[in-house]
Amino acid sequence: MKYETVIGLEVHSELKTESKIFCGCSTKFGSEQNTNVCPVCLGLPGVLPVINEKVVEFAVRAGLALNCRILPFSKFDRKNYYYPDLPKNYQTSQYDLPIAVNGYLDIEVNGKTKRIGITRVHMEEDAGKLVHSGTISNSEYALVDYNRTGVPLIEIVSEPDLRSPEEAKAYLEKLKAILQYIDVSDCKMEEGSLRCDANISLRPVGTDRFGTKAELKNLNSFRAVQRGLEYEVERQTQVLSEGGRVIQETRLWDENKGVTLSMRSKEQAHDYRYFPEPELVPIVVDPAWVESVRASLPELPDARKARLMADYGLSAYDAETITVSRAMADYFDATVTAGADAKAAANWLMGDVSKHLNAANMSIESCPVTPGQLAGLIALIAKGTISGKIAKTVFEGMWSSGKDAETIVKEQGLVQISDEGAIVAIVDSVIAANPQSVADFKAGKEKAIGYLVGQVMKQSKGRANPELVNKLLKERLALV
Amino acid sequence: MELFKYTVHALHDMLIKKEVSAVELAKAVFARTDAVEPKIHSYITETREQALAQAAAVDAKIARGERIASLAGIPGALKDNICTKGVKTTCASKILANFVPPYDATVVDKLAAQDAVITGKANCDEFAMGGSTENSGFFVTRNPWDTDRVPGGSSGGSASSVAAGQAIWALGSDTGGSIRQPAAYCGLVGLKPTYGRVSRYGLVAYASSLDQIGPITRDVTDCAIVLNAIAGHDAKDSTSINAPVPDYTQALVNDVKGLKIGLPKEYFGAGIQPEVADAIKQAVNRFSAMGAEVREVSLPHTQYALPAYYLIAPAEASSNLARYDGVGFGHRAAGSDIIDMYKKTRSEGFGDEVKRRIMLGTYALSSGYYDAYYLKALKVRTLVKQDFDQAFAEVDVLITPTAPTTAFKIGELSDPLAMYLQDICTIPINLAGLPGVSLPCGFAHGLPVGMQIIGKPLAEATIIQAAYAFEQANDYHTRFAPLGEV
Repeated sequence: MKYETVIGLEVHSELKTESKIFCGCSTKFGSEQNTNVCPVCLGLPGVLPVINEKVVEFAVRAGLALNCRILPFSKFDRKNYYYPDLPKNYQTSQYDLPIAVNGYLDIEVNGKTKRIGITRVHMEEDAGKLVHSGTISNSEYALVDYNRTGVPLIEIVSEPDLRSPEEAKAYLEKLKAILQYIDVSDCKMEEGSLRCDANISLRPVGTDRFGTKAELKNLNSFRAVQRGLEYEVERQTQVLSEGGRVIQETRLWDENKGVTLSMRSKEQAHDYRYFPEPELVPIVVDPAWVESVRASLPELPDARKARLMADYGLSAYDAETITVSRAMADYFDATVTAGADAKAAANWLMGDVSKHLNAANMSIESCPVTPGQLAGLIALIAKGTISGKIAKTVFEGMWSSGKDAETIVKEQGLVQISDEGAIVAIVDSVIAANPQSVADFKAGKEKAIGYLVGQVMKQSKGRANPELVNKLLKERLALV
Repeated sequence: MELFKYTVHALHDMLIKKEVSAVELAKAVFARTDAVEPKIHSYITETREQALAQAAAVDAKIARGERIASLAGIPGALKDNICTKGVKTTCASKILANFVPPYDATVVDKLAAQDAVITGKANCDEFAMGGSTENSGFFVTRNPWDTDRVPGGSSGGSASSVAAGQAIWALGSDTGGSIRQPAAYCGLVGLKPTYGRVSRYGLVAYASSLDQIGPITRDVTDCAIVLNAIAGHDAKDSTSINAPVPDYTQALVNDVKGLKIGLPKEYFGAGIQPEVADAIKQAVNRFSAMGAEVREVSLPHTQYALPAYYLIAPAEASSNLARYDGVGFGHRAAGSDIIDMYKKTRSEGFGDEVKRRIMLGTYALSSGYYDAYYLKALKVRTLVKQDFDQAFAEVDVLITPTAPTTAFKIGELSDPLAMYLQDICTIPINLAGLPGVSLPCGFAHGLPVGMQIIGKPLAEATIIQAAYAFEQANDYHTRFAPLGEV
């Protein structure tokens, strides 16, 4: 029997507000343990939460960017469970009346656009962090860091519309891009500011009913999402094809072993005993305010991609690559605004710039070459001052020194030689020094000319205008 | 001169006339405490050193000729579920026996701004759960009118401290009647403000949607003075009401002409001790004689208020008390693993009544029971509120007994359900979030009887005015608990 995969994702994203959701403590990542804490986020007796209005605004931004309806009346609820990283032993979250519902986002898989439903976006507080002395199962003690306690989160729940691990990954990438575009989250999976749980089930192709699902936790990288889901597809396929039944349970993805492991079954699942948080008044949003938030949203990835294709004639692939990150797209726009040819700018961004960033493990935000400087470099090529090849050397210099292209070209004497007389002299000397290659060329071996061009470029230290070299070499060889 | 018998306003006059110093007053109250505390057991923690320093500071102000606030230099006790920075706040629970908050409750900040003198932390039912102060995790407090009897609860220590002269005024907290009922049992004035009128920041939560801090005092004037000191919006409490605070002493007007008083018939039925019902009826006659219009009204859902309360309050309590797990603060028992540690910590730390309500609440919120219990209770709560809305369309205030009986004997109500019935007249007011004041309206067999006056939301001034007019027409409030005559 052939099976169809059904996946729904629950994504938690830490909001990049300055302060926590219910108190004024800093949300700064990486502070010394238990320094960003106060009686409120520690849940000491007698304290009360007060909603950070910025959190509501960020959640509304996210809801609108995901095409959701913002509920005019929503509320917080308590989700009760005992865990030492949760000071109050309940998490203040939203249950039946979340801030945003019924949205969607579009993903592209194999060149086709697919719409994925967003069930809801809700706000909640993050828990703290436990550091176990050994492994979780056999540690003698655990230490708790409450810095993360009360950091605001939004949880974005998708409809079970995803049909493959690839789609899940594309969804997550698009979601990340949107959240970054609207500037509500850093979305750093390695710092836990974007976290993903997946519900996955299989069903025979052609049926409508959902199969029994497993919930997959601990997917803390894009790679983990894809690999974990691929593993589950295989595991569940095997269980079903052997006539077995998938058990409803929560499973953990073990990155090192590359397997998912059972964590708890449905019978052991928590009864969270949700009820309305009595210490916070309901959230009533003014429709006019929601509209003003909507008006303040920046151009989102899909719209930006369409604009790059329409205005600059970029290919779908190029436009997609550049708009995946807002910072990259902003850099691109700034480079073009500084006068660079759009196609050339795109090529540089996807080529040398990305290559250097990846090698240095840096993001575009910290690129040492500014968009204006990159535009300057592209202009030198366009004017014929330097060749494309020299430009790569110049870019290296710009990257390491922070200097403009023009300065480097001047300092290192890299101006292209376009003086025919100077090039002819080199061409003649190369022809004289390589009789065998000349003979090969004469005998019809076209390849030999490539070697001769290379020699000319080498002697000119790369500065000779390649077009002229080709032209002059052919002219001179015809005379030999 | 027995300074400990005076009211806040009388002592304030004496302080500014320099007839007495704040330090002398504090010492007089301490001496009284030394004499009666072994019989009454009002205090869990006394803060005499701090109180003397506060008193000395007030004397210095007076000496400099500065104006002082109405509560300045006047000793008062705080229920031990109100957080005090650097001073133990136990909630009368073993689980918090050594808990010292690193912050003050907002009401404590406000009292400090008034230069009030704090005598200490008063005993109560554990986590404010109970109606007698027999459920304290430490010891039982006794009623200064008859030490074989309970002072009421849960703010029994606050009430007994004032009734016995161990404090001039006190703060209690009222979730289902815990200020008004002990005030009634101890012959005092106790006011539960409108929900949100007084900040709950720093009040250790029992049932957050019902809890409210309020004054326990010897007369209505003192009640207005203390309410003035603590009322107002607080940015640290989202549920606090952002509305101007009137000067409640302006309501101390001896006039009830034309005041429309409603008597809800459901509050005068079975279970009300005849002497209590008689005292209330006489009081109502007095109001009529003073020119108030009295009529019977109906609050048809009254009978459902108690069961609804005993689902909603425990539900919130089960969640609010989840934080007492031995991890971050408070008592921690040794355990073989984290779950074992939780179980032992909570088994050792909580008393029976607290455990009973945690279990009730956990059950009421459980999946499968939520709709039948918790959700149904919320619907009843709405109906109870609507009853009051309808009644208040016709009348200005409602008058009922505060409690069905006078103070009962220690150990007399061993059945928890019988104890729950002691709050039957006060609970609906918490469910509806309304202000209610209890004041003495007579005596039965030598024990005080309390009358409850209920107002519309934020109508504290109205019920204070009614209470004041009644108080002026009798001398019940001037009688001191007999222990004082020993």
